[in-house]
Amino acid sequence: MSVMELSQLDLLEAEGIHVMREVAAEFERPALLFSGGKDSIVMVKLAEKAFWPGKIPFPLVHVDTGHNFHEVLAFRDWRVEDLGARLVVGLVQDDIDAGRVTEIPGGLRNPLQTTTLLRTIEENRFDAVFGGARRDEEKARAKERFFSFRDAFGQWDPKNQRPELWNLYNGKHNPGEHIRVFPLSNWTELDIWRYIVREKIEIPSIYFAHEREVFERDGMLLGVTEVSQPKPHEEVTTRTVRYRTVGDASCTGAVASTAATPEEVLAEVAVTRLTERGATRADDRASEAAMEDRKKEGYF
Amino acid sequence: MGGLLRFATAGSVDDGKSTLIGRLLYDSKSVFADQLEAVEKTSADRGDDYTNLALLTDGLRAEREQGITIDVAYRYFATPERTFIVADTPGHVQYTRNMVTGASTADVALVLVDARKGVIEQTRRHASLSALLRVPHLVLAVNKMDLVDFDQAVFDGIVKDFRDFAAKLNLPDVVAIPMAALQGDNVVNKSERTPWYDGPALLDFLETVPVDTDHIGTLGARFPVQYVIRPMSVELPDYRGYAGTLSTGMLRAGDEVVVLPSGRRTTVAAVETADGPLDLAVARQAITVRLADEVDVSRGDMIAAADDAPRSAQEFEATICWMADAPLVAGRRLLLKHTTRTVKAIVSALIDTLDVTNLRTGDAAQLGLNDIGRVTMRTSSPVFIDDYNVDRSTGAFVLVDEATGATVAAGMVGSTLGGKH
Repeated sequence: MSVMELSQLDLLEAEGIHVMREVAAEFERPALLFSGGKDSIVMVKLAEKAFWPGKIPFPLVHVDTGHNFHEVLAFRDWRVEDLGARLVVGLVQDDIDAGRVTEIPGGLRNPLQTTTLLRTIEENRFDAVFGGARRDEEKARAKERFFSFRDAFGQWDPKNQRPELWNLYNGKHNPGEHIRVFPLSNWTELDIWRYIVREKIEIPSIYFAHEREVFERDGMLLGVTEVSQPKPHEEVTTRTVRYRTVGDASCTGAVASTAATPEEVLAEVAVTRLTERGATRADDRASEAAMEDRKKEGYF
Repeated sequence: MGGLLRFATAGSVDDGKSTLIGRLLYDSKSVFADQLEAVEKTSADRGDDYTNLALLTDGLRAEREQGITIDVAYRYFATPERTFIVADTPGHVQYTRNMVTGASTADVALVLVDARKGVIEQTRRHASLSALLRVPHLVLAVNKMDLVDFDQAVFDGIVKDFRDFAAKLNLPDVVAIPMAALQGDNVVNKSERTPWYDGPALLDFLETVPVDTDHIGTLGARFPVQYVIRPMSVELPDYRGYAGTLSTGMLRAGDEVVVLPSGRRTTVAAVETADGPLDLAVARQAITVRLADEVDVSRGDMIAAADDAPRSAQEFEATICWMADAPLVAGRRLLLKHTTRTVKAIVSALIDTLDVTNLRTGDAAQLGLNDIGRVTMRTSSPVFIDDYNVDRSTGAFVLVDEATGATVAAGMVGSTLGGKH
């Protein structure tokens, strides 16, 4: 009997759905981190499919740096409304105002998110938190499990991880501890784009080519916004650019590109020679072990 | 061929495993410019004579400091033919658990040996664990052939040693490839320095080896229920669907099924997904099943082909790999996680231990860290199992320490090194 062959996207999708159903069945208070970025959008799509025709049985959570792209924030609100989902927002500004964190000179807020994320988890007593991280993004993430145990301080201990065998995921934890869950572990950036094209998934417009006032800093193109202003010697030009990741608008760079549709972006990503983090995220370039250090402290 | 291939690499310290993976990523153009730049910079800082491709895969700071790999890392690369997931597992003796972890989901095991050293204890350990985990294909990569002048006699000798050992293992098909990963011989491109070798380069093999789908079509459907979908909405007041991943076989509307543990028989009314109903679901698809009759079904239950269901057992023999520091002794109580079902369990007896380096069995007063042994398991309620030799998905389980939450053992139903015990 001839058996239909499942494509790699079919298999990755099925794996992600499987992981989400495990969590929904075994945890009391799961939540899904939703930034309005493409990976979390794909994750929400998987959640929608996993529980269809029911609704997604957990809230979406946004850790808001206050350094947002307007288009992304608008997209977030539209998507939440469309799903009929519940949105929980943790504001970094609240932690700054309360004195729990101090603004870093230069204004970068990505490193401050950890405190807000852990506070939001604690306040809502979330016991499982879905993240859109992929193992292909970065070396420390290559060693992540699908179910990643976090102690009461939210810390990751990379040397003492639970072995993860077959598709049997161990979510055991005590009150106060939680599990980070990464349903997209085995996806690559290319898979994400292929899936966006295949499923006709809507994503924020800044992922596509548009004209924008930018200036060059550390080899990156930064958009002129309230939170990223050029210094006197940095020349502002209008260029056709798009974003490969959306994060803290003060440190996320654009790339010169004319790709205006998902298909064109996919074609561009397929031949690109720079990883998305290396090209456009200042925070990951600080040191070779930058991500490992932040993850141990409880970052995404 | 297309699709997705998962392979696990295993080797000893210094036999060039990380270099080989770095070479696969580099030659298949899966390394990005900035990653390569970072590696070139680190290599230069360390005073290496050449760009150390191994640095592409050594992820954590401690590993870079010590120059070893301490945990399973996953790598991704794609060629026009196929997408690959590599489980890169460390080779030290104390990290057997990582090898078992990597092998549990692998379609191909890649076992490296250093051509100067030949088959050593670690090689036999890796071969045995691959056989134990029923990895469908094994590649013996004889690396560092440049250091033995690409001598065919050396290669043939190593292959013979390996096959002599493998013959006792009930191993699937073994393919041996002479390589020099540092220079790239027979990794992505066939080498001119091994004219006597007429087999494929490693990547050719990985691109064309059939992914194991044997059990689809030979075993009846097994569908462990993960989650019950009940929208209870105005539009769908009575909808009740059983969500899960079809672990084995095929399923379609009209199929006669039995629900375990109740034993109730019914038929499949529909196989659904968010994208519409399926005419036929095959193993590994995530689906939602609706049944023709109102039957009580909950998470942990199994919907299976009525004429070919797994067996329902509360006592069975299994082979386990113990992964905790404190040894396992008979009478130990643990949680057993099997498909979507978690039950209390007792390791009621230790039968014997297996030395995976020479396949000798021994007494089993206890099982230490990384020991493999046969045990008798008893469970508080039935589990729906097949021998691991027959079905990797319904034959696999893990044991969890209820107090610490740690995963302390990988288990396989039956005596999985068939013919040996």
